[in-house]
Amino acid sequence: MSSAAQPIEHRGRLVGSPHRTIAVLRHLALRGAAFIYLGVLVLLPVAAVITKGFGDGLSTFTDAMHVPGAWGAIRLTLVTGVIVAAINAVMGTTLAWVIVRYRFPGRRVLSTVVDLPLAIPTLVWGVMILVLYGPNSVIGRAFASVGIQVLFTPLAIVLSLCTITLPFVVRNVQPVLLELDDAEEEAAATLGASRITTFRRVVFPAIRSAVFAGTLLTFSRCLGEIGSVILVSGNRSGHTLTAPVFIFSLTSQFRFAEAAAVATFLFAISFVLVLITSTVLKRREVDA
Amino acid sequence: MSAPALTGIQTESRRGRRLLLAAAIAWVALLLLLPLIAIFWTVVRAGLSSVTHTLTEPDVLHAFQLTAIVTVVTVVMTTLFGVIVAWVLVRQRFHGRSLLNAVVDIPFALSPVTVGLAAVVLFGPGGWFAPFFAARGIQIIFALPAMVLVTIFICIPFTIREVVPVLEEIGLDEEDASRTLGASVWLTFFKVTLPNIRWALAYGIALTTARAIGEIGAVLIVSGLIQGKTETATLFIFRAYEERQTAEAYVVALALAAVSVTLLLVIELLRHRQEVERTRT
Repeated sequence: MSSAAQPIEHRGRLVGSPHRTIAVLRHLALRGAAFIYLGVLVLLPVAAVITKGFGDGLSTFTDAMHVPGAWGAIRLTLVTGVIVAAINAVMGTTLAWVIVRYRFPGRRVLSTVVDLPLAIPTLVWGVMILVLYGPNSVIGRAFASVGIQVLFTPLAIVLSLCTITLPFVVRNVQPVLLELDDAEEEAAATLGASRITTFRRVVFPAIRSAVFAGTLLTFSRCLGEIGSVILVSGNRSGHTLTAPVFIFSLTSQFRFAEAAAVATFLFAISFVLVLITSTVLKRREVDA
Repeated sequence: MSAPALTGIQTESRRGRRLLLAAAIAWVALLLLLPLIAIFWTVVRAGLSSVTHTLTEPDVLHAFQLTAIVTVVTVVMTTLFGVIVAWVLVRQRFHGRSLLNAVVDIPFALSPVTVGLAAVVLFGPGGWFAPFFAARGIQIIFALPAMVLVTIFICIPFTIREVVPVLEEIGLDEEDASRTLGASVWLTFFKVTLPNIRWALAYGIALTTARAIGEIGAVLIVSGLIQGKTETATLFIFRAYEERQTAEAYVVALALAAVSVTLLLVIELLRHRQEVERTRT
């Protein structure tokens, strides 16, 4: 391989002839463009929110946490997020298992339908849930007749979050299950392991990190979701007002510092989770 | 692909399998299909005239137009710069590379509402850059520029995260061969690199389009909600619902869902193509 064709790992060697100088400049220009693009469009806004959130030092930050309703909103968001993530971990794994391992008519359709939440706007999901559980629908009336109020309660929040995060675990687990050789499961079964033992000892260790990554992604998405929640939750402070909707209402009252403090808190949790997720996924790739 | 059902040894009993299958289908039906059917049924019952009436309203047409503009600009920007960032991340080694890589993921961790708030802090009343743009008479916040900026922010990771693994996988051999044979950098990019990443890129663009069309949290804050002016399709639905014009909200929501489902079918097709291509190589 000629040195001219080498990538710029050998940057030092490229410098010399005018031809190579141009190559180096081109690399630097592209890198500069990448840094400016992400710097201006991502880092600058994040810096703005964090700076505003901390305001005149940490005191404003803790003060904002004492804004009436702030802690209630954050707690509701964290609790619903944990519930939805747990449900999604179980149901997402089940769905991935069924789609990969079973052969039944409509399997491809099911696999496509699972992706619907990625395509349809979250606000539209909210509207659809309003229609489905509203007083004009058969299902809404059925729930009402047994005394279960769905809309404008935490249940509606959990339902809409489950809907919009449905693909996350499935799409993480599916490719891993596809690659999994069922010879090991057969061996386990032949050696007399029960079905549950086989799943627990053979299948689960293989898909564990994928389930984990999908679950964290679900939770992180729940912390920020507004479109599907804002219409169905009713937004009653201390009861059904989630943190993102709370940030929105603070912002529309021009209480930017308090909004930024709550936003910074949520972002800190979420970003750590996203970093963990990408580390988990990377480790899985190294293992494979 | 092996079919475990045929091997004779199964990890579950037949009854267990039926139960799992039923649970999976019931879950998808409850969360995804029933809501779709409900809104479809409601709109159909209201009649075709209400659909045509709503979809020809000037406010609705304007909202769709604005959504289209925001989406097109977002797709162009995130595709162009997304490819550059992906290329730099995979092909270059430099200090700060892992930092750049982490920054790409930030929009996944940030609530859209926070993104909108950031735009207000930067460009809004009393914002960092407000004096600069005000002096030049350029309206950023409560206008199209801020709406485009926040949508780009939210969509940044999609293209990059699709293209990076493919670039890593194809390696340097073909590009090296092309360069050694005397092709220019640009010719190599368009004739070698681009054809290799095209399905991943198309998939990324489809995801970006879906997200841009559906964006609500950030534009809710930065648009200023000016009816017939800064109102996108999702904002129209939001306002119509709040003002109890539910019939109109349902029609526009169903129209957006229809566009999105078409997009999903395109995504599925692309993913299928990509898988076929990958297994071939």
